[in-house]
Amino acid sequence: MAKRAAPEVNAGSMADIAFLLLIFFLVTTTMEKDSGINRKLPPIEESDEEVIIKQKNIFTVMLNGKNQLLVEDELMDIKDLRDAAIEFLDNGGDGSCNYCRGSKNPRSSDNPDKAIISLKNERKTSYGTYISVQNELVAAYNVLRNIRSQAQFGISFKAMQKNAKDVNWIGNKEKLKEQIAQIKLEYPMKLSEVQ
Amino acid sequence: MSKFKKKKDGGLPPINTASLPDIVFMLLFFFMVATVMRDNTLKIANSLPKASEVEKLEKKNLVMFIYIGKPGPGYKSKYGTEARIQLNDDFSEVSDIAAFIAAERASKREEEIPFLITSLKVDKEANMGIVGDVKQELRKVRALKINYASIKGDVFDN
Repeated sequence: MAKRAAPEVNAGSMADIAFLLLIFFLVTTTMEKDSGINRKLPPIEESDEEVIIKQKNIFTVMLNGKNQLLVEDELMDIKDLRDAAIEFLDNGGDGSCNYCRGSKNPRSSDNPDKAIISLKNERKTSYGTYISVQNELVAAYNVLRNIRSQAQFGISFKAMQKNAKDVNWIGNKEKLKEQIAQIKLEYPMKLSEVQ
Repeated sequence: MSKFKKKKDGGLPPINTASLPDIVFMLLFFFMVATVMRDNTLKIANSLPKASEVEKLEKKNLVMFIYIGKPGPGYKSKYGTEARIQLNDDFSEVSDIAAFIAAERASKREEEIPFLITSLKVDKEANMGIVGDVKQELRKVRALKINYASIKGDVFDN
């Protein structure tokens, strides 16, 4: 009897099987990276010390149960909130802020360090609207910080923060961190929420 | 007549597909490695709001997730239609948050604890009432770094 070689396994369908698996993983893959607005909650203070803040240094933003926005006792559209907040923060009413470009209105905030944005919402307010308002207020701070850092260091605040996180960035990290801290000090984010 | 057969000249030779499985396997392994299977099964509706000032969460193992939203289709009869909290895989109450944070902290290394961030994944239809309660609870356990999970986009769509 002639010796018969073992028949070769047909590997033609290998590709089909691999494709099937590939498509399964393609469909189930979620490459999402979690992102969101970072905020810090205030710690619960034990002392009930009353801090006196001048009314003109507070920018009140109220959201009611029907998602209507009341800013400084006036109805406002969310679209106008960012500009209103920028105007308030950058006012520099007492003249101590030499980098402010605001109108120096004596009835608005004294300087960015004293200016406080107070946000109040009702239980019925929808979360989507709340996030829109939060976003606009954070954006107002970011706009001011960007302008300031562009004027001071010739680079936007956002780019500086990105560089600080980037491991491959060539440059003096210590100095960069100092610059970021300085900008943060000049426009501190004082966003308080009323419970 | 000729001794040598003339070579066939029937157009192009077929492309060799023997390496096709290799290429496909390569892709397959890439996607297998890159796939992140959801570790929490969502029992609630969770469509996140849009925002433009978003920052990425860098370290995924240092994030604790709290989900808030209306109960999903299968759970309406039992849990109603008002927004509820989901921790890990189950519906929870506001009072469970302290225990949840403590458990998460216990599962992390000690030096990592100050860097923990709580990510609030809240449905945009939810009311602020429950979110406020959760925030108050987080303040009590001193989990102060929070992140309002949102998708990059136009805020005026919310």
